[in-house]
Amino acid sequence: MKSHGEPVHALFEKAFAGERRSIGQLLSVIEQGGDQADSVTEMAHTFTGKAHIVGITGAPGSGKSTLTGQLTRISSEAGWKTAVLAVDPSSPLTGGAILGDRIRMDDLAGEETFIRSMATRGHSGGLALAVPAAIRLFDAVGYDPVIIETVGVGQVEVDVAGTADTTVVVVTPGWGDAVQANKAGLLEVADIFVVNKADRPGAKDARRDLELMLDLGHISGLNDQNEFRPPIIMTNALHGEGTNEVWKNIKEHGEHLHSSGQLEQRQSNRIHLEITNRLNRVIGEVASSVLETKAGRELLKSVASREISPSEAAKQLAAKVLK
Amino acid sequence: MADKKIRILLAKLGLDGHDRGIKIVARILRDAGMEVIYLGLRQTTGSIVAAAEEEDADAIGLSMHNAGHLTLGPKMVDAISGAGLDIPLVIGGIVPDEDVADLLSSGVTSVIGPGASAEEVVAIVNGAIATRERK
Ligand SMILES: Nc1nc2c(ncn2[C@@H]2O[C@H](COP(=O)(O)OP(=O)(O)OP(=O)(O)O)[C@@H](O)[C@H]2O)c(=O)[nH]1
Ligand SMILES: [Mg+2]
Repeated sequence: MKSHGEPVHALFEKAFAGERRSIGQLLSVIEQGGDQADSVTEMAHTFTGKAHIVGITGAPGSGKSTLTGQLTRISSEAGWKTAVLAVDPSSPLTGGAILGDRIRMDDLAGEETFIRSMATRGHSGGLALAVPAAIRLFDAVGYDPVIIETVGVGQVEVDVAGTADTTVVVVTPGWGDAVQANKAGLLEVADIFVVNKADRPGAKDARRDLELMLDLGHISGLNDQNEFRPPIIMTNALHGEGTNEVWKNIKEHGEHLHSSGQLEQRQSNRIHLEITNRLNRVIGEVASSVLETKAGRELLKSVASREISPSEAAKQLAAKVLK
Repeated sequence: MADKKIRILLAKLGLDGHDRGIKIVARILRDAGMEVIYLGLRQTTGSIVAAAEEEDADAIGLSMHNAGHLTLGPKMVDAISGAGLDIPLVIGGIVPDEDVADLLSSGVTSVIGPGASAEEVVAIVNGAIATRERK
């Protein structure tokens, strides 16, 4: 069953006509990777470029899904056809995952919204390809906005945030949270800050910490150039307080990107990143296969017997590949 | 090609608020290497079907504790086939032995008894999915 019965172009036609199930199946094809996934991306590519891509990132449990649920409701009520891609980590031990983000987005399973849970499946490289491919599919079949929820720890997720037009960083009250966010590199990618759980003590402090860091210019990167000081919005996502304002700011940021010409810049950064990732994969595959050749194995022996160094072996192999 | 993961949707249908059992089952299946999409409480047949399509689920697991299984089980079966889906439905929770045959004949693929071990849970889910893949 699943996606393996039908050729991907047939699925794509149905997905394009709005069939939910085909979109779901194509997302599985994308997650599997390989040639089939690549052909989905190829089919989708020409139809893309319309969706506003919104990243929601922040520490585990900070309320990303609850906020995403609210934003999805608000945008759908405003007539937008919203898609959500919720990324959660796979267990490194078993490869399994519990994908629980949908619990916080209930009552959304309507005609005009689409929510997909995606596990990281251990390999960051795979995710780096699958996330942009999934976004592209949503964009191609007419979803706008596309919201991506990711946990903001580690480099991988920050890269994922880099695939968004507008990145919302969620922090919560509690000493050191803003500092941790800073360490994780999240502050640099933020276009909008949300201090969620503002019903809890310490929310004002969290806000002040962020303001301070903005004032001190600790937050550099993209935001310096575009003179767009990230707004800080206090929310209680559980009860929806402040969430309309988050949505309003997301839209405004999207418009700002348009009018300032930065959208093209971001899109070209994104394409650059995606091509780099794909190039790395293609070259990585060639590199591993060259190690399995006779010449590769001989070089390996020479390194083992201390005749040449690993870096020398790598250089020699690279010369073979790049010829 | 990358590994092909089993994706199973777990949900509680209707008003029954016991989620201890289903959370344990979620962990068992995760530990068996599956991707468990957990929908939580108070789902409707419609919300489950929509989620199954969006998530491209290989199986749907429902947990029932309020003796509604004899009506809700067949309703879920109808909703799945009514949407033109061919996804196995596994029911767990408190299903008395004497009701199992009725559920199965109504189209429920498998039933997980209250005393099932972790191994049995995994085997039943795998078995339910295999019935579809053989087709
Ligand atoms: N008090 C309070 N609790 C909240 C708020 N927003 C979310 N929560 C609760 O915080 C917990 C985590 O919320 P989620 O939305 O699942 O957080 P998340 O960031 O998506 O979590 P992960 O996906 O597991 O990283 C849940 O119990 C929510 O009900 C809020 O504004 N105030
Ligand atoms: Mg979440």
